[in-house]
Amino acid sequence: MNGYLQVNSPFGKLRANGLYAAMQKRKMRMNWTQIGNLEDIPRQGSRVVNTAAGEIALFRSVDDQVFALDNRCPHKGGPLSQGIVHGKRVTCPLHSWVIELESGNAVEPDVGCAHRHEVRVAHGVVFLEVRAEV
Amino acid sequence: MTKNKMRLVVIGNGMAGIRTIEELLKMSPDEFDITVFGAEPQPNYNRILLSPVLSGEMKFQDTVLNDWSWYEENNITLHAGKVVNKIDRQRCMVETATGLAVPYDRLLIATGSNPIMLPIPGINLPGVLAYRSIDDVEKMLTAARDNNGTKKRAVVIGGGLLGLEAANGLSLQGMEVSVVHLCDWPMERQLDQVGGGLLKKELEKRGLKFYLSRQTEAILGETEVTGLRFKDGEEIPADLVIMAAGIRPNIDLAKSAGIYCERGIVVNDTMQTYDPKIYSVGECVQHRKQTYGLVAPLFEQAKVAANHLAEYGRMRYEGSSVSTKLKVTGIDLFSAGDFNPGPDDEELLLQDAARGVYKKLVLRDNKLRGAVMYGDTVDGPWYFQMMRDGTDITEMREHILFGQAHLGDSGRGGAASVANMPDSAEICGCNGVCKGAIVKTILDKKLFTLEEVRAHTKASSSCGSCTGLVEAILANTVGGDYSAKPSKKPMCSCTELTHEEVREAIAKHSLKSLPELMQTLGWKTPDGCHSCRPALNYYLLSASPGEYQDDSRSRFINERVHANIQKDGSYSVVPRIWGGVTSPSELRAIADIAEKYKVPTVKITGGQRIDLLGVSKENLPKMWGDLVKAGFVSGHAYGKSLRTVKTCVGSEWCRFGTQDSTGLGIKVEKMTWGSWTPHKFKIAVSGCPRNCAEATIKDFGVVCVDSGYEIHVGGNGGIKVRVTDFLCKVASEAEVLEYCGAFMQLYREEAHYLDRTAPWIERVGLAYVKQRVVEDAAGRAELYARFLESQKYSQDDPWKERAEGKDAHEYAALATI
Ligand SMILES: Cc1cc2nc3c(=O)[nH]c(=O)nc-3n(C[C@H](O)[C@H](O)[C@H](O)COP(=O)(O)OP(=O)(O)OC[C@H]3O[C@@H](n4cnc5c(N)ncnc54)[C@H](O)[C@@H]3O)c2cc1C
Ligand code: HEM
Ligand code: SF4
Ligand code: FES
Repeated sequence: MNGYLQVNSPFGKLRANGLYAAMQKRKMRMNWTQIGNLEDIPRQGSRVVNTAAGEIALFRSVDDQVFALDNRCPHKGGPLSQGIVHGKRVTCPLHSWVIELESGNAVEPDVGCAHRHEVRVAHGVVFLEVRAEV
Repeated sequence: MTKNKMRLVVIGNGMAGIRTIEELLKMSPDEFDITVFGAEPQPNYNRILLSPVLSGEMKFQDTVLNDWSWYEENNITLHAGKVVNKIDRQRCMVETATGLAVPYDRLLIATGSNPIMLPIPGINLPGVLAYRSIDDVEKMLTAARDNNGTKKRAVVIGGGLLGLEAANGLSLQGMEVSVVHLCDWPMERQLDQVGGGLLKKELEKRGLKFYLSRQTEAILGETEVTGLRFKDGEEIPADLVIMAAGIRPNIDLAKSAGIYCERGIVVNDTMQTYDPKIYSVGECVQHRKQTYGLVAPLFEQAKVAANHLAEYGRMRYEGSSVSTKLKVTGIDLFSAGDFNPGPDDEELLLQDAARGVYKKLVLRDNKLRGAVMYGDTVDGPWYFQMMRDGTDITEMREHILFGQAHLGDSGRGGAASVANMPDSAEICGCNGVCKGAIVKTILDKKLFTLEEVRAHTKASSSCGSCTGLVEAILANTVGGDYSAKPSKKPMCSCTELTHEEVREAIAKHSLKSLPELMQTLGWKTPDGCHSCRPALNYYLLSASPGEYQDDSRSRFINERVHANIQKDGSYSVVPRIWGGVTSPSELRAIADIAEKYKVPTVKITGGQRIDLLGVSKENLPKMWGDLVKAGFVSGHAYGKSLRTVKTCVGSEWCRFGTQDSTGLGIKVEKMTWGSWTPHKFKIAVSGCPRNCAEATIKDFGVVCVDSGYEIHVGGNGGIKVRVTDFLCKVASEAEVLEYCGAFMQLYREEAHYLDRTAPWIERVGLAYVKQRVVEDAAGRAELYARFLESQKYSQDDPWKERAEGKDAHEYAALATI
């Protein structure tokens, strides 16, 4: 999944496989949807995207990284988007499980995983990958 | 970025040295290239579990704390079985006898201590052993095993903790064991005469023989041990002699390198020796004239040393108080502090011969100084905690001997002794955790602290009423006082500072924002965690009302969106109904709104308000708009804030009423609503001592009487019901308002975040609260003025603001796709 579109700056390194090629390839496998602007998500906060397959929570960390997880805690389904975001983690509002935003995994000793989604920010615009078959 | 890493060399692969490395790896995993020398050929093991290995209750493998792979995974070079015999401080090198030389930038000496081998004839005979290492234990086990049919005889010299554990273990291995001791009773350093006598009796029942007030003059034997002779001339036979006459800090190596030593290697509060490149931790250390022989203080030292090695430079080790527990299965014994009362001290005694229970508490100035307990030690950790906190026990002195259960700890009354509880006994009612599960987790996961047990088992992580039991299980399972929280308890793992220190720093540096605070105080995480952020936000808010910009991102969801989250993610809405008095038109408005938004459940709350449950988040601002139009404001049923003022009908209607409790309640609520507090705050006003508004289980309760108003504080319902303490009686409504504001302000300014008034008062003492709120009239007026000042900024209705569009993003989805 990583490999081609890792580059962040608009005029960054266009590698041998190149941006255009990459986007072509991606088109075949991925379905990026424009969701909104980075500023729409509060720093250390979260917003929800409603999809046919359920709610997806988009989180923005204090250093402006964006992550996407199902808005369901692996414990008892608590809405993760309502939790306190700290570092690259969110604490579920219902019983305080702590979930890693990057992987969706619960922090030990709790065990469980919130499904994660691909998300990218380009030029201040947030794109979410929604898999057709989900 | 590959800067040369610093080289850290550790001498001693024991408990304190490795604990320091573990702490260091947690703080700064990549800072050092680490090399460890250990004289013992094993990986790091838990020395205190040697007794269960000796008694056959455990295997050596179970005691290993870090196996070989741990060293590999963390890139630690381990030289096991290699003794360092020289420290070259000029060249910064350590050397072994075998010619290995390793350079260091920082050196950590953790060489532990050596058993004292009495200088008496025969001490070097085969069959004379110390009790310090797994090697010693294996030799004892061999000696116990090769008995050709006859029972072999062991003599233990020294009737202290170690000696008795050795004696008990050998006796369980089938040996005939005697204990020789200088004093009149065993464990005289931990027990008074009565406790020691009880212990002796119990151990005699198990087959041990005691020779008390005896001094050994010589060990007898030609080629191996055959017996021993006392000063008084008596001789007794022995096939094995165990020396358990004490330990001595192992400082020879440090001394030979010219590092300043007295009884131990002398260190300062940062665990640094007189050579600034060299640190030292563990039993080899002497800190403020004290040496230690138990792990809890060593672990505190390890934390501090790691902190300074990682160059955080924040923590200081200020010495420890220790408590002791004998790990002999089936014997419950606990001692802490100074238990021999001096002339100014008081002594509380409980002896129950039938149950074999003995308790002694020593008090000075209404504070606990020491405790000895035998037979029933459940409350040991509780006493120890109060001892370290310097808790004023005036209020509980009549019950304190009977334990915490007698102070209203619900559901735990019968638990006499954790040691005797079956594995299936439920310990934590909140999370349904039984004793067996806790013990197993402690052993499997090698847990040492209460925090770790909480994280892994969830026991004691909710309401906390079983904390004492969990601590007792921990102590029973791993021995000693592992759970000893450092006397200074940091707010959370993002900092080493306590709640008090943070509040002081906020005032001192006049801090005005979270990022500024975290930077100034050296927070370890970039933006804190879910536990410190809400606390800090509250502290900043209460320090600079009107000026501090509230950080909604650091508020728990309920306070961020001003409604209570429910288990399905919907919310409940509770409008404020002043003093619980409403009207047909208000009720009609609520009914209309409930229908308009299809509210599934409408319920009267315990606090005399109406709860509209099951509202979706998107609907909240609209619904609030309608409520605001009908004249309502937020009921703050969701906040760490003033909740409700409950009232009874009082003199206006009731035939018993003495004052207008309803009217007064409304006045109190108008004054206090909207204020943020460390935890939720509930008030009630009853019109006469029949107390229909239940004012005596509220944080602040008023009971009207003919001649005025009785003020009660510090009550709560909930898991652990606590009845209020009587604060004082006043004559007028105006005074009720003043005392109420002053009391709330004191609580707002001084309690820890998430402390209700009850635990806060128990910590600081009712006398203190009385002094500040009742006796010091000028101080009270100032508190009251500060309360009113901060209320100027907190009585903007949050619902109105949000109905008008504030924080709209909190209530709407970002997109629908
Ligand atoms: C049988 C027994 C039961 C105990 N029970 C309890 C209890 O219930 N509760 C409690 O709190 N405490 C208990 N203790 C005490 C506790 O085990 C010690 O306080 C703790 O182990 C001390 O840690 P340390 O790191 O200072 O020393 P150690 O753990 O002894 O580690 C020092 C290490 O350094 C090595 N070393 C020394 N010199 C050199 C050198 N020159 N080169 C290389 N390596 C060297 C030693 O071989 C040793 O491995 C018990 C101790 C024993 C022996
Ligand atoms: C004219 C239109 C567009 C231009 C000129 C453009 C240009 C760019 C450039 C220059 C980059 C940075 C690449 C690099 O540094 O190597 C980039 C990244 C990206 N673009 Fe576009 N883009 C356009 C349209 C789109 C569209 C329509 C989408 C999605 C449907 C999209 C999604 C992305 C993503 C996901 C990235 C990667 C960001 C990251 O990994 O951080 N772009 N774009
Ligand atoms: S507390 Fe007294 S005044 Fe109030 S309702 Fe009860 S009986 Fe009447
Ligand atoms: S549902 Fe998230 S912690 Fe329970």
